[in-house]
Amino acid sequence: MQNVAIADQPDELHDPQTFITKYVYSQDHKVIAIQYGITAIFVGLVALALSALMRLQLGFPDAFDFIDPSSYLQFVTMHGMIMVIYLLTALLLGGFGNYLIPLMVGARDMVFPFMNMLSFWFYLLSVIVLLASFFVPGGPTGAGWTLYPPQAILPGTPGYDWGIILMLVSLVIFIIAFTMGGLNYVTTVLQARTHGMTLMRMPLTVWGIFTATVLGLLAFPALLVSAIMMMLDKTLGTSFFMPALVSLGESLDYSGGSPVLFQHLFWFFGHPEVYIVALPAFGMVSDVLATHARKNIFGYRMMVWAIVAIGGLSFVVWAHHMYVSGMLPAFGFFFATTTLIIAVPTAIKVYNWVLTLYRGNIHLTVPMLFSIGFIFTFTHGGLTGLFLGNVVIDLPLSDTYFVVAHFHMVMGVSPIMVLFAAIYHWYPLITGKMFDEKLGKIHFWFTFLGTYAIYLPMHYLGFLGVPRRYFAMGSTDFIPESAQSLNASITVSALIVGLSQLIFIYNVFWSLRAGKPAGHNPWEATSLEWQTPDVPPHHGNWGPELPTVYRWAYDYGVPGAEKDFIPQNHPVTESEQTAGEPEER
Amino acid sequence: MNILKVLRDKPWVHSTASATLEQYSGPDPVAASQIMLRFVLAIVSVLFFLFIITFLSRSQYPDFEALAGSPWQPFTDSSRLWFNTALLACASLAIQWGLGGSRSGKLNITVAGISAAVFFTLLFLVAQFDLWMRLQSMGFYLSGNPANSYFYLLTAVHGLHLIGGLVVLTNVVFRVWYNHNIDSLKAPLKLCTTYWHFLLGVWLVLFALLTSRPETINALAAMCGF
Repeated sequence: MQNVAIADQPDELHDPQTFITKYVYSQDHKVIAIQYGITAIFVGLVALALSALMRLQLGFPDAFDFIDPSSYLQFVTMHGMIMVIYLLTALLLGGFGNYLIPLMVGARDMVFPFMNMLSFWFYLLSVIVLLASFFVPGGPTGAGWTLYPPQAILPGTPGYDWGIILMLVSLVIFIIAFTMGGLNYVTTVLQARTHGMTLMRMPLTVWGIFTATVLGLLAFPALLVSAIMMMLDKTLGTSFFMPALVSLGESLDYSGGSPVLFQHLFWFFGHPEVYIVALPAFGMVSDVLATHARKNIFGYRMMVWAIVAIGGLSFVVWAHHMYVSGMLPAFGFFFATTTLIIAVPTAIKVYNWVLTLYRGNIHLTVPMLFSIGFIFTFTHGGLTGLFLGNVVIDLPLSDTYFVVAHFHMVMGVSPIMVLFAAIYHWYPLITGKMFDEKLGKIHFWFTFLGTYAIYLPMHYLGFLGVPRRYFAMGSTDFIPESAQSLNASITVSALIVGLSQLIFIYNVFWSLRAGKPAGHNPWEATSLEWQTPDVPPHHGNWGPELPTVYRWAYDYGVPGAEKDFIPQNHPVTESEQTAGEPEER
Repeated sequence: MNILKVLRDKPWVHSTASATLEQYSGPDPVAASQIMLRFVLAIVSVLFFLFIITFLSRSQYPDFEALAGSPWQPFTDSSRLWFNTALLACASLAIQWGLGGSRSGKLNITVAGISAAVFFTLLFLVAQFDLWMRLQSMGFYLSGNPANSYFYLLTAVHGLHLIGGLVVLTNVVFRVWYNHNIDSLKAPLKLCTTYWHFLLGVWLVLFALLTSRPETINALAAMCGF
């Protein structure tokens, strides 16, 4: 177990030379991050294409022969699972976690680089197994991303045979990959911070990723337990979750199992998963906002406390996903209360982001636009969450498009806005090139306005009672015909937003080749990752000597300072010492 | 480290303290491994905790028949499980003995301790497998009853964790073998020892649970609100 990172061995302070050791079999956290990023974005584009197919069916029913009810459910399932697990979790933690943690805390690499590399290869394997389910008899599972038994493994559900097995195997492999990566992230934060980098001097990005990783390490076992037990129910005929039932006229051998037990396990993982995605996004958006508003983050300590509090509370709200599952009604009161409580630290964060902008020197750069866009989308998604967190409001809205609109705003669009902000913000560091600003802004406005064009009307469809996961509405009395026109308009918006992502892809590749050189610290940021001797940082990050940290990561606009930012590795001057304690920031 | 004190820190207040400390030269691999092990133990604890919670929940359904309590149930007489437990306890003692040897620089004791630990662990795994076979021959199949299912599942998951430990221990021993340096064995062997004791503890909990009478299981389930 005792291992010294290659980059920490004094005689190894040189870059790997061959293509294989540099780009494929690499233990460098930056290369692993990029490997994670490319894989996650690739599989995310697959999920985006699946959502376009779903929208085509919903907007223009029966216009496309190749979309039938089974394949529609398969698209829904794969879209959801890929987006939540294989794109968002992997990109935020595997991608940005890997890239930023060592650089932001002043380490040369992750503490266990070999295990870090294995983490990526396991992740890639999990993606391959998942995508393989498109090519097996029966296709991928169509059980919905929650994979609820008994329907997930019974005939009648698409992919009930091979599809569900491959999904469960893929999830188990992903959890192994996440655990190996996660152990690295937490250990590196706790053990490999450079000289002077106290926990409370860490940028909020690191706090967000660190707390999310701890959540993941403790929550993913619940998914593992449910996956293993469902696999046994499917393959070996146990009855952990499967009740006695008759399927297609035949009495099955199952007896007495509890589907609700699966739901508890799944959501014990599922709700922390929301924050596994959200907390890194909260952290990164805080840093982007402070940098581009040229102002220290408002209420740093409160932001850290809120991250930790949200992390703790996220384990006691899971059953608000299960108000209609038939659990003990008294539980509803408890979980509605905890859900309202978790809104408090979350709201504190939103206020602090807005107050960071207040009287800041706001630069409307592309990362800043996406960050401000995030504040809007997250506030809207969060507010509808308050509706759904209350039992009496949730009951009529459950399983309608209101829920779909809510979770897409809060967990789909919002983290993705931050991901774009983060990619545009750290692109100069990762590649050494600037992206094209104009294309970036076009990308932002299409994405931001487009998502509102999709999800605002979707809330209304939910109020009308349009149910989710239906292949076609059919003739339903309570849904007016105009709902179909709304559906068509949502589909057109979704296709435009989907296609506008090609602008982003083009910008990434074009700028890589023809972008202006970024130079050193183009955003004039204070945090440590921008203070490396080389851009992009070389293997080992810091040259012969590790940096020393003298201050927190938010010294922007310090009165009397030469520039409007002071990097973390700049010593404290006499005048700063004598200035005494500044007011509470 | 007092976490509450850390969280009250005001990072915007400037201090020159960091400049006066000695130069930092990188992470301490031993401390890092210790932190990682603590997280591993936490994760494995959560895993077994969740399995046990589902066991208690599932036990309250009418088709659940505990494996102990009635004369015809296999673990009413749990002597065979006691024997297996003794094997795992011997493995734990042996690895502790080996650790003592490495601390006092005695290579022979270290090698003997580790070898005995590996031997007893393998014996435990074989004995558990044999128990599976016996249960099968008595008609207690995996899917016959949820109590049977949990027995096979929990022992399999526990066994897999032991096999994982054996892989790590083998890796450590080979590394020392090639480096010819017993001192470098101390820290990783200490971590392996902690892991072995932990898995013995997990097994004792599983043992108690799986051989509990229905009344005990019902009482535990009631305490958990099932």
